Amino acid sequence: MTPARGANVGIVIVSHSPLVAQGAADMVRQMVGGCVPLAWTGGNGEGGLGTHVDGILVAIEAAWSEAGVAIFVDLGGAETNSEMAVEMLEPARAAKVAICNAPLVEGAVVAAAEASGGSPLARVVATAEELSA
Amino acid sequence: MPLDACDLSQLISLCRAQIERHCEHLGRLDSAIGDGDHGANMKRGLEAVYRERADIASLPLPAALERIGLVLVMTIGGAAGPLYGTLLMELGRGLADEGGRADFAASLARAIAAVARRGRSGPGDKTLLDVLYPVQAEIARHAAPDRIAACARTAAQATEMMLARRGRASYLGARSVGHEDPGASSCALLAMTICQYFQEHTPS
Repeated sequence: MTPARGANVGIVIVSHSPLVAQGAADMVRQMVGGCVPLAWTGGNGEGGLGTHVDGILVAIEAAWSEAGVAIFVDLGGAETNSEMAVEMLEPARAAKVAICNAPLVEGAVVAAAEASGGSPLARVVATAEELSA
Repeated sequence: MPLDACDLSQLISLCRAQIERHCEHLGRLDSAIGDGDHGANMKRGLEAVYRERADIASLPLPAALERIGLVLVMTIGGAAGPLYGTLLMELGRGLADEGGRADFAASLARAIAAVARRGRSGPGDKTLLDVLYPVQAEIARHAAPDRIAACARTAAQATEMMLARRGRASYLGARSVGHEDPGASSCALLAMTICQYFQEHTPS
């Protein structure tokens, strides 16, 4: 799928709006091309605004990297649904997923840039979270 | 009173009907201080549980509750899915861990604590917790079902005057005051439905 799949930390974008999620993903792609595993999910699964656990699980799977996955969320439900999704993963996988306390667009772009250099998950998360400090 | 498969199946049907009946009302409450989808989300969740009611009702109660929680998490979405899902899944797990010695009120208290952690909220934040805490207290003191139901309704109503400190309603600040919290409202509706069933089916 991506040349460096498995080597670099993956990025997942979770928004209530599929347009926002896809737009943020486009901005990440523009920055790092295909060298970072990337997936987005948005909407309630019925065409409306919202987030749902199933979509988040699929996105985590699509962006999976043995180096880990950093998730970026917009509003409340996106965060709690992401937490539920992570808890549903097998523990060894769940330990490699982090939900970042960072702005969705800026966080995802900054994290992807960091990830594209091969940084470990903790470094990717810390770099994104500096935006909220 | 012990719950058999027939009770559980009927309770699921009653809860689904109750949410269906109040779907628009819950949506209106949510539109006032949130994103307006609480009624539709709850309806979708209860309908999914209803479709699985035969399988769910064939399980022992702890496993049935856990399964209902999982279905709700996967179908309600929004902020309410993880909260109701955590409540039911933790309650089921708690009852299972304690086996035959399960103390329902104590297990419920722990499940409510898990909901509070999930939502990072506490009493008085204008959430469904403001219904769950007093309902659990009534159950712990073995109050009659009609008393518990009345307590649930009063508790939901009391969220009207609260200032929202969590969720989207908190973005409104003082303007959140004067509206009943939709999560508290749906929680009271479900509690009242369950209590009414127990009131009608408990031998006096």
